[in-house]
Amino acid sequence: MSETIKKATRQSYGEALAELSEKYDFAVLDADLAAATKTGIFKKKCPERFIDCGIAEANMMGVAAGLAAVGETVFASSFAMFAAGRAFEIVRNSIGYPHLNVKIGATHAGISVGEDGATHQCNEDIALMRTIPGMTIINPADDIETKAAVEAAINLDGPVYLRLGRLAVPNVNSGDYKFELGKGVQLKEGKDVTIIATGLAVNEAFNAAETLEKEGVSARVINIHTIKPLDTEIILKAARETHRIVTVEEHSVIGGLGAAVADTVCAGCPCHVTMIGIPDVYGYSGKAEQLLKEFGISSENIAQRVRGILRED
Amino acid sequence: MDKSKKRALEITACKARIGVIDAVHAAQSGHPGGSLSICDALTYLYFSKMNIDPHAPHDPQRDRFVLSKGHCAPALYSVLAQRGFFPEEELLTLRKIGSRLQGHPNMNDLPGIDMSTGSLGQGISAACGMALGAKLKGKNFKVYTILGDGEIEEGQVWEAAMFAAAKKLDNLTAIIDNNGLQIDGKITEVNSPEPINEKFRAFGWNVLTMNAHDFDDIDRAFNEIPQNGKPTAIIQKSVKGKGVSFMENQVGWHGTAPNDEQRVQAIDELCAQLQALERGV
Repeated sequence: MSETIKKATRQSYGEALAELSEKYDFAVLDADLAAATKTGIFKKKCPERFIDCGIAEANMMGVAAGLAAVGETVFASSFAMFAAGRAFEIVRNSIGYPHLNVKIGATHAGISVGEDGATHQCNEDIALMRTIPGMTIINPADDIETKAAVEAAINLDGPVYLRLGRLAVPNVNSGDYKFELGKGVQLKEGKDVTIIATGLAVNEAFNAAETLEKEGVSARVINIHTIKPLDTEIILKAARETHRIVTVEEHSVIGGLGAAVADTVCAGCPCHVTMIGIPDVYGYSGKAEQLLKEFGISSENIAQRVRGILRED
Repeated sequence: MDKSKKRALEITACKARIGVIDAVHAAQSGHPGGSLSICDALTYLYFSKMNIDPHAPHDPQRDRFVLSKGHCAPALYSVLAQRGFFPEEELLTLRKIGSRLQGHPNMNDLPGIDMSTGSLGQGISAACGMALGAKLKGKNFKVYTILGDGEIEEGQVWEAAMFAAAKKLDNLTAIIDNNGLQIDGKITEVNSPEPINEKFRAFGWNVLTMNAHDFDDIDRAFNEIPQNGKPTAIIQKSVKGKGVSFMENQVGWHGTAPNDEQRVQAIDELCAQLQALERGV
C-alpha cells in the first residue's frame, strides 16, 4: 500500500473519461464546473463530444436523459450537491424511472469538500440516490478503483451514480486489482470486529486496523465501493464471524452506507453496528483533513472508537 | 392544405377526442381539458408531419415526440391508437392496474412513447437532449414537444430554452399550448408567464403563432418554420376542453373525469361533429 502518491478521485475520473474515449463512444456533459470536476481533461481531448450546459443542473440532467433516449451513453457531471441534491427530481423522473443510460459523475461529495463549507458539503447524496429504483451507486476509494468504476459504468446498461471526492487520497488497491461491480472487497482478515468503509474512508479504516493489529485487536476491513446493489453476502458473513461491525463514511449516518449495512444485518444476522459518519448536523468550513478528524473519519478516530466498542463488551 | 386531407385530419382529431373522453371516463380520473386542447396538434404531428412508423416504433431514424405536459397523456394515447401503435380498446385501461397506459406516459411501457414525462418542465430538457443527440450523430431526425402554458412557469423550461438556442438546436420545435388556464385559474392571474412570445424571442428562438384548432393554420405555421439555426416555438392559441361544450374554457375540467351522464353528453356532441365531418357538411 503506497502512501506516496495521492490523487483525488475526481482527477482519476477526468483522466479515465479521456483514456476510455479511445475505447468507447460516449458524450460528457458538465454544468460550468469542468475545471473542478475534471471533465475538462476529456473536453481537451474530445471537444466535439463535450457539452457545457452552463449553470443549469436540472436541464443538464434532462438533456442527459434525452441523449440517452436516442442511444447515447452519457456522463453528466457536477458537484454532488447539485447533481444529487438540486437535480434530484429530474434524476428520479427523467433518468431513473425510464432507466436511461446516464452516468452521473458527482464530484466534491462529502465533508472533505473542506473550505467551501456547509452549502457545498453534500452528506446526503447516497441517501437520496439509494431511494431511486434501479440506480447503481459506486463510491470508489482511490485512483485505481475510480478508473475501473468508470469503465464498469460504461459497460452497465442503466443509470449509475459515481460518488467522487475533491481531496487527494492514496491508493488502497494495487495495480493488479480486479474491480467487480456489486462485490465488496475484504482488504484485511480479522475476527474481533469488522470495519466496513467506502470512498476515502477505506484507507482510514485500513490504517486503523493496522494500528489495532499491533495492539492485539484483529479487525477485518471491507471496502464497499458499490453501495447499490449492496454485497449483502460479505456483510452477513462478517456479522456472523466477527459479531461487531463498524461502518465508516463521509456521509450522513442517516441513509448512507451505515444504514444500508444496518438494514442488511437486521434482516439477516442481527449484530452490533456502530456508524461513523456525519451526524445529523451541517458541516462547516475548514481544511479537509481537519474536518475528517473533527467528524471522526480518521484512522486515529476509528481505532479509538473500535477500542471503546471492544471495552464495552 | 388539400381539402380532403384537412377533412381527414379533422375526422381523426374528432375520433381522438372521443377516445380521450371514453378513456378518462373509464378511469374516472385524468385530465380531459388540456388533452382536448392538443388533439389537433397531435393529429397533425402523427398523421401529417412526423416521420414515424407504428410498425417500427423504435427505428433510430424516426422523428421524436415528447409530451412535456405529460398529464395530457389521454390525448397522446388516443392519437397513437388512431395511428395504429396499439389497439383502440386499450384506451379503456387508462390509469388502471396493469395497464400500459400509465397516468403519465412511460416510454418503457407503451410503443410510441419516446420519453417518460409527467413532472412539468422536464420534457423540454429531454427534447433538447434528443435534438442534440441527432446533431452529435449527424442524424436528420426532428424533435417535437408540447408544453402547457402553465408549465412554462417552471424554471427548468427557461434553462432548456437558453440551452436550445445556445446549442443551435434548429431541429427542435416546441408547441406551447396556450389555453390560458391552469389548475388554480387563469395563467394571467396565477403567476403570469405572459408575454410568452416575447420571452421565447428574447431567449433566441423563432416564435410563430397558430390557431390550435384550424388545420390550415397549423399547416401554415409548420411550413413557416425558418431554417436559420434557431429552435422554434409555436404558440398555439387553444381552447381548453375543445369540442365538448360544457368543458370549453372551464378551469374545473382540468383534472376531473366526466360522470356517466356527462360522458353521454360529451360523446353525443363529438359524434354529431364527427357525423357532420363525415357527411362533408
